[in-house]
Amino acid sequence: MSTTSSIAHHHPAEPVRDHHEDVHHEDHGPEKGWRRWVFATNHKDIGTMYLLFSLLMFFVGGTMAMVIRAELFQPGLQLVDPMFFNSMTSMHALIMIFGAVMPAFVGLANWMIPLQVGAPDMALPRMNNFSFWILPFAFSLLLGTLLVPGGAPAGGWTMYPPLVLQTGNAFPMLIFAVHLMGASSIMGAINVIVTIMNMRAPGMSLLKMPMFVWSWLITAYLLIAVMPVLAGAVTMLLTDHYFGTTFFEAAGGGDPVMFQHIFWFFGHPEVYIMILPAFGIVSEIIPTFSRKKLFGYDSMVYAIASIAFLSFIVWAHHMFTVGMPLAGQLFFMLATMLIAVPTGVKVFNWTATMFKGSLSFEPPMLFALSFLFLFTIGGFSGLMLAIVPADFQYHDTYFVVAHFHYVLVPGAVFGIMAAVYYWLPKWTGHMYNMKLAKAHFWLSTIFVNVLFFPQHFLGLAGMPRRIPDYNTQFADWNMISSIGAFGFGLSQLLFAYLIFRSMRAGAPATDKVWDDAKPHGLEWTLSSPAPYHSFETAPEVK
Amino acid sequence: MVKIVKCALAAVLASLPAAAFAAWELNMPVGVTELSRRIHALHMLILWVCILIAIAVFGVMIYSIVKFRRSQGAVAASFDHSTRAEIVWTVIPIVILVAMAVPAAATLVRIEDTRNSDLTVKVTGYQWRWHYEYLERNVAFFSSLSRDSDAARQLDSGIDPESVQNYLLDVDKPLVVPVGKKVRVLLTAGDVIHAWWVPAFGMKKDAIPGFVNELWFRADQVGIYRGQCAELCGRDHGFMPVVVDVRSEADFDSWLKTQQDNTKTASAAE
Repeated sequence: MSTTSSIAHHHPAEPVRDHHEDVHHEDHGPEKGWRRWVFATNHKDIGTMYLLFSLLMFFVGGTMAMVIRAELFQPGLQLVDPMFFNSMTSMHALIMIFGAVMPAFVGLANWMIPLQVGAPDMALPRMNNFSFWILPFAFSLLLGTLLVPGGAPAGGWTMYPPLVLQTGNAFPMLIFAVHLMGASSIMGAINVIVTIMNMRAPGMSLLKMPMFVWSWLITAYLLIAVMPVLAGAVTMLLTDHYFGTTFFEAAGGGDPVMFQHIFWFFGHPEVYIMILPAFGIVSEIIPTFSRKKLFGYDSMVYAIASIAFLSFIVWAHHMFTVGMPLAGQLFFMLATMLIAVPTGVKVFNWTATMFKGSLSFEPPMLFALSFLFLFTIGGFSGLMLAIVPADFQYHDTYFVVAHFHYVLVPGAVFGIMAAVYYWLPKWTGHMYNMKLAKAHFWLSTIFVNVLFFPQHFLGLAGMPRRIPDYNTQFADWNMISSIGAFGFGLSQLLFAYLIFRSMRAGAPATDKVWDDAKPHGLEWTLSSPAPYHSFETAPEVK
Repeated sequence: MVKIVKCALAAVLASLPAAAFAAWELNMPVGVTELSRRIHALHMLILWVCILIAIAVFGVMIYSIVKFRRSQGAVAASFDHSTRAEIVWTVIPIVILVAMAVPAAATLVRIEDTRNSDLTVKVTGYQWRWHYEYLERNVAFFSSLSRDSDAARQLDSGIDPESVQNYLLDVDKPLVVPVGKKVRVLLTAGDVIHAWWVPAFGMKKDAIPGFVNELWFRADQVGIYRGQCAELCGRDHGFMPVVVDVRSEADFDSWLKTQQDNTKTASAAE
């Protein structure tokens, strides 16, 4: 931990650069040693822990992806048993969703929301500590399933019964891990809402909030609405397994499809939980490096709110093949297509922000631009999937795999990387190596397309998802895809290197960091690194 | 790790001469049923709509990136909204979506019309094979992965999948149906959820324990059509193919007769 102790911590011996420092007393600084992290209540320390935890999980989940792509490198089974392969796909998804993407966004929220709304800290610091420290236990439990008899969960991250009930000793561990992750997310979300609602600087009305704050406010409401639904669904699985209930068993009057309805009522808003904060991040970065105000701020806010609302009434498009009534299929098709409208507004507004701007291409901007292009491609395939008859062909093929990886990797993950490159100097006080960061960008963008674009072709040609082996007609694109995966995986080592390097060394960052682009926002009025208690006196927003 | 590297090298080397004959398929193939052709047409329509929108949107993005570079001395304008533009790019997508929804809904109505079928087959999914039952024809059998594929697909079997015909897409006993007849398929499962899918017929549907789903197809061409289980169903999910043998009516009738005779002999012997 000593390596990280220099971040987020304005050392008393350093020259005072910020006027808030005059009222800064020695006892307000961080505790020494391990106590600083275990008993952390400071939003920056907790944010840092969230982000580092997420980075670790990104590599754990990524390693599983490498196993998957290595087995799929050529037809025939060369490396793993099909059961272990299924465990890898299931665990990869659970770890990437709940361990990498969501904690990364909560980490960014912890770091940036107080800075952006002009608050000294998050509203509920002890709950903040609790919500983070649940995660290592949740993921120890989940990863521990790899060691128990029967192997890790292999029924897919969607945990559909009756298949998931065939899980071995890992079953209760899976359920309780999901419960813990849900509890952590709910606490994180409550903290975000309370902070935003109560701790904004005087003068910062709701419609003056930075877009990242807006996107997180709406995301937090989605989390509170749907995480309990997931908890309910998995609890019913638990009682079906151990206490003789038959919620999802036809023989006892239950219905396995009911689980899918409940799961996706959680699952679809969950998809937006993983993308809305990225929308917010991109809406911060594109205006900065276009040197122009965000185009259509109000409609951007309304677009996020509409997407959030629609996310509650489209869940069944994940299950068009379960055999729903015609009217149901038509409703969910139309509602799903409607999402393209507010999403389109966002893409058009970002484009209009760049139009007639003055663009420069620093690493955060590069990732934001990559997001813009590649997320849009994921949006197009999403629109195709909404067409029910076409979905009867696409459903559960690699076309779907390509679609959701386009929105989650160059979408959510590139959004997170853009945010890290944008705010890292504000966190650590050091600039990072721009050349290496640009190399990381180009490698990631090229390989992510080599990895996922061919999967569209595989799906259309008829390759089902979640299979460890395939007919030889699929061999060529699978090999290309695997090569892309290995390249993408290796490129991420650069990302980790740049982050850890920036914690210790690098040219000192100025307060504005991107002086040339004159970024707007309260976070840029503080010193770099930001003082331990952020805004001790609230700034005035006009 | 060494194993992975070795496999990778071996595969790259092995693939070089084969590359010339490789199947670099890009698009959804057109099937052999009315529904699959309509679905294919819908797929191409939405694909072209997406491509045209992409050309327009990416065009403006690329133009902005090229034209308004600070390094080229671009100075930022100060506008930050335009109600007219925002109305335009809200309304146009709505119009496009409605235009897309109409043919999609029409096709969907056609898909859901399972009336007036000529033959009904009950398909039951099990871990990991299919059971076919010709209702009121007194014929029923299991359909499992063929021996050749099964031998080759074992971990480190040493058998080159390229040497196996229709690797993983071949069964011991395919479903046999007559050409030009409306076949109704009733789907259910005996253990976990499976999904029955033949891409050339355009349809896939889940087989769910305790419930009965239905779909229909009318194949226009005699031939053998291959698909796979499309819902994760456990360890051997990747190894329960669907094979349908579409025959002329006469061939089908004589096949059915043989099967029925076999059934009678079998029950008489008991």
